[in-house]
Amino acid sequence: MSEEAKKGYSVPIGPIHPALKEPILFTFQMNGEKVEKVDFAPGKAHRGIEWMGMRRNPVQIVHLTDRICGICGVSHTLAFSRAVEQVAEIEVPERAHYVRTIIAEYERIQSHLLWAGVAAHELGFDTLFYLAWRVREESLDVIEYLTGNRVNYGIVQVGGVRRDITADQFPRIEASLSYYEDLFGKMLTLFLEDTTIKMRSRNTGVMNQQEALELCAIGPTARASGLNMDVRQDSPYAAYGDVDVRAVMPEQYLGEARGDVYDRIVVRLLEVKQSIDIVRQCMDQMPAGEVTAEPKIPKLLALCKKAEGEAVGRVEAPRGECLHYVRMDGHEQPLAWKVKASTYSNQMSWLKILQGEQLADIPIIVASIDPCMSCTDRVTVLRDGRRDVLTKEELHRLSVEKTRRLQS
Amino acid sequence: MRLSPSFNRSLWVFHFNSGSCNGCDIEIVAILTPRYDPERFGVRLVGSPKHADVLLVTGPVTHDMTSRLQRVYEQMPDPKVVMCIGTCGQSGGVFYDSYNLDGPVGEVIPVDVYVPGCPPRPEAIIDGVVKAIAKLERLEGESS
Repeated sequence: MSEEAKKGYSVPIGPIHPALKEPILFTFQMNGEKVEKVDFAPGKAHRGIEWMGMRRNPVQIVHLTDRICGICGVSHTLAFSRAVEQVAEIEVPERAHYVRTIIAEYERIQSHLLWAGVAAHELGFDTLFYLAWRVREESLDVIEYLTGNRVNYGIVQVGGVRRDITADQFPRIEASLSYYEDLFGKMLTLFLEDTTIKMRSRNTGVMNQQEALELCAIGPTARASGLNMDVRQDSPYAAYGDVDVRAVMPEQYLGEARGDVYDRIVVRLLEVKQSIDIVRQCMDQMPAGEVTAEPKIPKLLALCKKAEGEAVGRVEAPRGECLHYVRMDGHEQPLAWKVKASTYSNQMSWLKILQGEQLADIPIIVASIDPCMSCTDRVTVLRDGRRDVLTKEELHRLSVEKTRRLQS
Repeated sequence: MRLSPSFNRSLWVFHFNSGSCNGCDIEIVAILTPRYDPERFGVRLVGSPKHADVLLVTGPVTHDMTSRLQRVYEQMPDPKVVMCIGTCGQSGGVFYDSYNLDGPVGEVIPVDVYVPGCPPRPEAIIDGVVKAIAKLERLEGESS
């Protein structure tokens, strides 16, 4: 073998590539079939949403947050609304909490089925991809029935929700829940017992518990590695405090967590079942009453305008924790608005889970964290060599300096 | 719809995400799956622009994606039709005042069919594809 061939080569994938549904550029340093080093350049889908939000008022921003991501739009809207409600001290009616929970859980069902289909497609199992997407349509039908839209539902607003879920709509919801329940066993068999899927996903893209902790993984990616964390369980919001919700771990199904692609499939599929149970409980317990704290938009705006302070809204999106920070200073527009989407925390695990894997496994491993670049992409402003990213040492120095200042 | 005799081959589409929110993208994948199933007419998603007859563009074209969009467009063989899916590709939509947009799509590459909506319903996208087929047939008639 010549020296040239031994050195290895690099494979760029993206930003436009059939295996990636969103623009992102990967560069793989390869040695034969093995991935030696991974680098990726996100930022291709950056639209400057935070910047635009700081020029609009909270009532307008909820439409922007719906369009941060077309798949987990409700999670973003919910997180943002929760932050604004805390700042403006708006009390959300009890019934609105339940409506929000039902919509959020339907979003999780459709998102996980979408992901299951994409995962099957990346494994080359297109029959399963078509099956998963066919059954996904049922949840979209219910979402459309409840909110009026298939995607970007636009139902959550600051102070509550736009539409109520009435008792005559329950039979339709119940029908879809039993549809999914009947299917659930079949889906589990198809995804988890299948030899091809097992061969391709067992022990691929492994991330153990310690690594998941160090790389700050969240959501199903972290749970598959054995980290027991779920915002719905750890700090309940909306109606999650009233219903029985516990983090879904692969141990519950398999007795152990290996943190590979297979475990991520297990967690997501079991969460579909969990969502069905949560929606059922919500329908049973739903209290009567209003669905919005302030139906008149000008009054709502006036409330937001008076608000001063800062707050954080946390929501467990289908992909993991989604966090919105809002600071208001008595103006119509928020003074600061920061979005931390779930993929922002999860994307660093790519560097670990892709290392040492084969070229052919790249699509499924990349897809296994359920990436969503449109949520994540952001820019860093570099001006005259000045950086806005601080390292741990620099932060420590700043902290010491402040202590000194206070002492003097 | 009835296909005319001059419709002599299947229609292959290439999907280009120019910084969209995923809403239109998942609707495009949704129309290719069994509920709508346009594959019975030969419509299918392909992995390379060099194989495609129709380019589906979603998103408002972010600064990073402009040159890529132009390159993908140039790689497609003639006759070709470009479809712009979603409101943000037409006017910027909800992102109209963003600092990072080079769009709308019509200012970067020539667009033949616009499908408005945020996101458009699958039926609307299929209707757009039907219009694209008609245009493609006309272009083919002109070139022969």
